[in-house]
Amino acid sequence: MNTLPSMLNLGIRRGGLEIRQFMRQRESVVFTLLFPLILLAIFGSVFKDTIAPGVTFSQYFVAGMIASGLVNSGFQQLAIVIPMERDFGSLKRLRGTPMPLASYFIGKTILVLAGMLIQVILLLAGGVIFFGLSMPTSASKWLTFAWLIVLGTACSTALGIAFSVVPKSGRGASAVVSPVVIILQFFSGVFFIFTQLPAWMQQVAAIFPLKWLCQGMRSVFLPDSFANSEVAHSWETGKTFAILLVWLVVGIFFSIRTFKWERS
Amino acid sequence: MNVIEVRGLRKNYGANKAVDGVDLSIAQGEIFALLGPNGAGKTTCVEILEGFRKRDSGDVTVLGIDPEVSGTGARDFRNRIGIVLQSTSDAGDLTVSETIAHFSGYYSKPRDPQEVINAVGLTEKKDALIRSLSGGQRRRLDVGLGIIGSPELLFLDEPTTGFDPEARRSFWALIRELQNSGSTILLTTHYLDEAEALADRVAVINRGKIIETSTPTNLGGRATSLARVQWEENGIMREELSAEPTAIVKRLSQQFTGEIPKLAVVRPTLEDIYIEMIGEKSGATE
Repeated sequence: MNTLPSMLNLGIRRGGLEIRQFMRQRESVVFTLLFPLILLAIFGSVFKDTIAPGVTFSQYFVAGMIASGLVNSGFQQLAIVIPMERDFGSLKRLRGTPMPLASYFIGKTILVLAGMLIQVILLLAGGVIFFGLSMPTSASKWLTFAWLIVLGTACSTALGIAFSVVPKSGRGASAVVSPVVIILQFFSGVFFIFTQLPAWMQQVAAIFPLKWLCQGMRSVFLPDSFANSEVAHSWETGKTFAILLVWLVVGIFFSIRTFKWERS
Repeated sequence: MNVIEVRGLRKNYGANKAVDGVDLSIAQGEIFALLGPNGAGKTTCVEILEGFRKRDSGDVTVLGIDPEVSGTGARDFRNRIGIVLQSTSDAGDLTVSETIAHFSGYYSKPRDPQEVINAVGLTEKKDALIRSLSGGQRRRLDVGLGIIGSPELLFLDEPTTGFDPEARRSFWALIRELQNSGSTILLTTHYLDEAEALADRVAVINRGKIIETSTPTNLGGRATSLARVQWEENGIMREELSAEPTAIVKRLSQQFTGEIPKLAVVRPTLEDIYIEMIGEKSGATE
């Protein structure tokens, strides 16, 4: 007589609920969705240089901002929100119901994906209208773009859930998580041209996913001639895929193993 | 078969014996109250029964299932129980009916969301955001979420903290209705009058051990304890303790012509008995 709804079905319902909840927090909607656009406007207007034939810094920057969007709407948001849910007791309440943990994870992934898509659309529109960004020209570039978004979202979500055990309390979570993200952005070539960073910074960044997401997005939005200006003189698409996949597995492993339902 | 069956339950936190050999049997349809001061082992005990905590030793079955079950077994277990935790304080950006309807989707045989909203007295607040609810209203929502899955067993942890007297009365009525529909209820509470009003049986736990299990009227020999007869005589309050208070009243009624001034015959309240039990066993103040 096991007529409990399926894990996926509940996950999708949770996703809908999460999105509805998120949309009602007006300040955070505006902040999360508009902040990247504001940054784009500032950086794009300040740094107008051409960094390679046919490539302006603002185009380089848009690619990096889209990659950062994945980190912001996934890793950063979840690693801050989940400790709050834990403090409020909402996680413990969910644990007392027949809803499986996997459905909770699926719901969070849907929330991140939704936020990500809105952000990407805004950034692309802003980039194309104001900063001469050109949309991908070939089907293979669109395909790369698609898997970068999917894999990047999954990776960012899993790592955000895994990292949610690090902040001791919901109140302090932002102070723990935000610096990690900002430093990673600086190291990974979001605000500066990656190849101009000190070698040690490049090496540190190469361990983490954001650098690869940025490089992947550049392979989508910059002309192929720019590949030669990358560290390895290539887009390293296969390597990017592999590294993101490894981080996804690591994230899922720790999410399941270390997830905390209540404040200790 | 009993809904809850516990034998020799133990749980230590380091050197602290939080639960130190507890036995419990709770029958189907019973309202059972677990009483005890903070740190007595009450919460640990209940959380082991709910499947939130692992025990060190002892036998525990709840609805015939070991609450430590995992995987799909855990889902089946949670499908049959309802838990009302002490305090939840979500950000509350959903309405009452959205929340209740969403949670109803977790269970295989949920109650009708609208009916649950009515039952917990939130009909007028059903479209209000949770963040706008008062403490008592939030508590009623917690209860609504606890019963939405039509649980066979309901855990209630300090359910009426922050209620006004009227809300408590209507809450008690709701709990009795649940009992009438066949649910078993395990209640932990600080309010002795609540235990007395609701519980068929109570157990007093202190320092990880159950001191006594009895009905509220018989706990600590309450039914057979001496009654206190009080009255006023020559402007002074007098009182006498007696096993036969009727005899005293008879004597007084002959002594006074008409009404005996300020006459009262009182038995110790459940609270008197409880305080005495806790005090003498632990020697500590709470």
